[in-house]
Amino acid sequence: MAETVLEIENLVKNFGALRATDGVSLDLRQGEIHALIGPNGAGKSTLIHQICGTLKPDQGNIRFSGQDITALGVAERARLGLGRTFQVSSIAPEFSALRNVMLAVQAKQGTSFRFFTPVMRDRSLTEPAMAMLERVGLAARADIPAAELSHGERRQLEIAIALALESRAFLLDEPMAGMGPEGSKALTGFLDGLRHEAPILLVEHDMDAVFALADRISVLVYGKIITTGTVDEIRRDPAVRSAYLGDHA
Amino acid sequence: MTLSRETLINLILIVLLAAVPFVALGIGQPFYITLATRIAILALAAVGLNLVLGLGGLVSFGHAAFFGIGGYVAGILAAHASSGEALMFGLAGSDQMPVIWLVTLIVCGIVGLAIGAVSLRTSGVYFIMITLAFSQMIYYFAVSWPAYGGEDGLSILVRNRFPGVNSMKPISYFLICLGMLIAGLGLFSLIRASRFGAALQAARQNAVRVAAVGISPYPIRLAAFTLSGMITGVAGALYADLNRFASPSMISWHMSGELIVLIVLGGTGRLFGPVAGAMLYVVFEFALGGLTERWQFFLGLILLAVVLFARGGLLGLLAGKARHG
Ligand SMILES: Nc1ncnc2c1ncn2[C@@H]1O[C@H](COP(=O)(O)OP(=O)(O)OP(=O)(O)O)[C@@H](O)[C@H]1O
Ligand SMILES: [Mg+2]
Repeated sequence: MAETVLEIENLVKNFGALRATDGVSLDLRQGEIHALIGPNGAGKSTLIHQICGTLKPDQGNIRFSGQDITALGVAERARLGLGRTFQVSSIAPEFSALRNVMLAVQAKQGTSFRFFTPVMRDRSLTEPAMAMLERVGLAARADIPAAELSHGERRQLEIAIALALESRAFLLDEPMAGMGPEGSKALTGFLDGLRHEAPILLVEHDMDAVFALADRISVLVYGKIITTGTVDEIRRDPAVRSAYLGDHA
Repeated sequence: MTLSRETLINLILIVLLAAVPFVALGIGQPFYITLATRIAILALAAVGLNLVLGLGGLVSFGHAAFFGIGGYVAGILAAHASSGEALMFGLAGSDQMPVIWLVTLIVCGIVGLAIGAVSLRTSGVYFIMITLAFSQMIYYFAVSWPAYGGEDGLSILVRNRFPGVNSMKPISYFLICLGMLIAGLGLFSLIRASRFGAALQAARQNAVRVAAVGISPYPIRLAAFTLSGMITGVAGALYADLNRFASPSMISWHMSGELIVLIVLGGTGRLFGPVAGAMLYVVFEFALGGLTERWQFFLGLILLAVVLFARGGLLGLLAGKARHG
């Protein structure tokens, strides 16, 4: 069995009386795409937030590359190699697409405490950033302020940022949302190759993409994982069909 | 090389400011030199604030603390230099501006680090209030310190000296202040274009994003806050030397508000926002202040108009929207 990169153990998160994460355990192995599906409000994003550190769990542990990261902050986890995209795109809106990626390249290179060299003339920043934009097909839009990018382009930009961080695991929260059929297809092909660079925990409502990509699928309902299995197992599972898939399977 | 519209406007502004004292001499109105010097100094103080407010999006309502500390450093060092009494730890006073500025940088750096370390743990309205609270503490400390003038402030008998220049001559002193303003603008422009500046500006736009790429916003903001206080501090030292007087009013919250107003008038986050703002402010104060006691009421109206209809301030109106690389 492939090496486990990310391991979540018995995670619990309450929002007041609502238990959004209810004893979730889950792992992500080298080379795989592990899809996390479930109805709206199941707690998928809440789980991603806890893995990235934007939310603190009430109980449980998160291990990443053999290290307990439960107590670490967002930036520390990112430096360890957790790259994410947000369900609602999160970028620096006034910066151009290129500068958004350059910020990630700069972060990857280490210190931001450099005061005197202009970033736009620093080819160790601009070149890798441009290369990442090319990879996601956004090179032609490099100079456009991120706020003016279309919804789909912002998703691509977030992926370029995660790539620039040379992440050791990707956490993608609905990367296909708002992309349109063309964009979804292209992104599906892209993610298919990306899994060989680093494993992907993929939250996605687009079932075609999930079934095409996932090595394993976990189904989250009301904060609990009701089952984990291969695409075929999940398609056949009666509990999953009633809870989520409906007639899609 | 083609100049951008904004660069051109910046050049015009600085040339305009530099020309005022010479015109003033030409028409025999030396008073205008003082006005131009005041503009240069306030602009420098606002350049400091612009680092946290404009680039970092952190509304410090306590920058008068640094302005005042700079003023008192100038006053206290000068007082000890003339009396010959030693300061603490047996250190001597000084009437040399470069020494005074250096001491100001050190003191404001330490105070900035301390105030920033606490204040930056909060955000939004809490940040505004806590920076205000710190500056008020320093204000009351100055007021209740009889050794250095208490409520009455501290006079500087003879303006401090600058090597090779007769600082008593108004035009020479103006040129010193203009030089410091240009140095401050140069520093601001370097920082804005740097990696540090990129992280600072990105943290204003989206702090979660910055953390998600692995940069912690807190130390970046703390460094910016500290640097910012140091720059505003030096402006305070210059201001005390201009008036030959360091008073608690330099530390009052009015002063902090004035600096914010300057920046908003001129253009928040713009390199020359503080310069344009200081020009407008001092000219208003002078022109309207002569006509009516209530000039600040009219300033308030103008400010309201800027906030409602010209968010980019004067520079936004003249040079259009700011562009980031
Ligand atoms: N910060 C919060 N405070 C209170 N309740 C929250 C908070 N964030 C999420 N919730 C609630 O927790 C539950 C899980 O939300 P979450 O966003 O994780 O769902 P999701 O599975 O990502 O849904 P979707 O598919 O719509 O994105 C929802 O009922 C939501 O209303
Ligand atoms: Mg969600």
